[in-house]
Amino acid sequence: MNFQEILKYFVYAGLIFTVLAGIAAYLTLMERKVLAWIQQRMGPKYVGFKGILQPLADGIKLIIKEDLLPSWSDRAVYWIAPVAVLVPALLMWVAIPITEGIVLDDSDLGLFYITAISVLTVMGLVMAGWGSANKWAVMGGLRAAGQLVSYEIPFIMSILAIAMLAQSLNLTEIVNQQKTFAFILKQPLAFVIFFIAGLAELGRIPFDIHHAESEVVGGPFVEYSGAHWAVFYLAEYMNTFTVAVLTTILFLGGWVWPEMPFEGRLHDFLSILLFMFKTVSVIYLIFWIRGTYPRLRIDQLMAFGWKLLVPLSFLNVVITSVVLFYGFSHFVLSAISIFLTAVLFYMISNRSKKYDSGETVNVVSASQLRDSQR
Amino acid sequence: MYDVNWTAVIVVAIVGVLAALGMFLASRIISPRRPSELKDTPYECGIPASPYNWSQIQIRYYVFAILFIIFDVEAVFLFPWAMVFLKDFVSAAVFYEMLIFMAILFFGVIYGWKKGVLQWK
Repeated sequence: MNFQEILKYFVYAGLIFTVLAGIAAYLTLMERKVLAWIQQRMGPKYVGFKGILQPLADGIKLIIKEDLLPSWSDRAVYWIAPVAVLVPALLMWVAIPITEGIVLDDSDLGLFYITAISVLTVMGLVMAGWGSANKWAVMGGLRAAGQLVSYEIPFIMSILAIAMLAQSLNLTEIVNQQKTFAFILKQPLAFVIFFIAGLAELGRIPFDIHHAESEVVGGPFVEYSGAHWAVFYLAEYMNTFTVAVLTTILFLGGWVWPEMPFEGRLHDFLSILLFMFKTVSVIYLIFWIRGTYPRLRIDQLMAFGWKLLVPLSFLNVVITSVVLFYGFSHFVLSAISIFLTAVLFYMISNRSKKYDSGETVNVVSASQLRDSQR
Repeated sequence: MYDVNWTAVIVVAIVGVLAALGMFLASRIISPRRPSELKDTPYECGIPASPYNWSQIQIRYYVFAILFIIFDVEAVFLFPWAMVFLKDFVSAAVFYEMLIFMAILFFGVIYGWKKGVLQWK
């Protein structure tokens, strides 16, 4: 390994960080805008044209804010925790391709590497909770450990089903296998489980019990402010983007499905555009869910993970392996998977009916209210 | 063939650490620092904070952690198996053995379920 090659990696790594930080910053703006549309508000609109510079203003504000250090905290653990959350978020991007050939390390072990790295975030959150010496933070950190660890299993199992189907752990190879049928058509159940478990891994509503404001007042982040808090949120939005990209690569056919027309450069450009469009759609879906669903309770969350997602993801792996081993048609796989997805949704709706008190709430939109008051 | 480019991994990790430290340093230079005794006490919902709050940890968290370790180790076995079980040089027994292995582990989950370990109390 010569010096020039290492320098090349440094340039690429710097590029990855810069691009991801930019994307993460603009995801905050997108999230606020999407939530505003859902709640019939305007969202940020004063900084720059229609609020386009809002992330910049937020960033500057966070850097110049006073960085508090609680006097009872475990100093070293408290300072290191944000770094321990940010570094795994970046490390995932060593193996994730954006298009054919644009990847730092086109490894044959890529998917396995990603599943291994994705667990590391838990450590940072527990460190943050522990280092803060605050009971809300400790509780939030432990909740994070319980939740992230539980949803890691369906996450891994749904990835495994895809790895079996593609017979490869190389992400570029997995995308190229989807030229005719994207894996969402063969494995809708794995897609649904992966997406739900991904949401839980990110700790987004409806799975945000580890930093639920109304229960543990911000969880592990309660004592953080300024630059340290900014690093936590940078990592969180990077992870949101990563999960969206992984969903696109593993299930939605990446940049090859459906095949773009034309040849040469134009074709490549359209392919990247298609990839980005899919990714943004997935992110939009994540924000949409945040805007419309209430938070789960911790016992509901654990029961949902262990009693529904874990058995179903196991079943999915077994069915996939049996179908592949005996050489049945992939349509059989699709049919079984669609049936099990229907079962999953039926059980979710059944569970929510159990807690439904039967009372209905009249939702009146702002415009209706305005008209009625005239 | 089956390897990760660890140089790239280490370089990305170094860049991540440097970027975070850079942000901390920038904040340290720019931002004000006026500590006061009351400002630096841990956050509490309106009442005076009680000293030393690394409180007791409920035992149920660690049961989930143990279950997770078992499944994570299983995943380490499952990934190589998923890569080879269709190949010609592997006998059919490999496939059935892994099904039995998964059945045993799944029996463990059902056992825990019936014991009430999975119930959050």
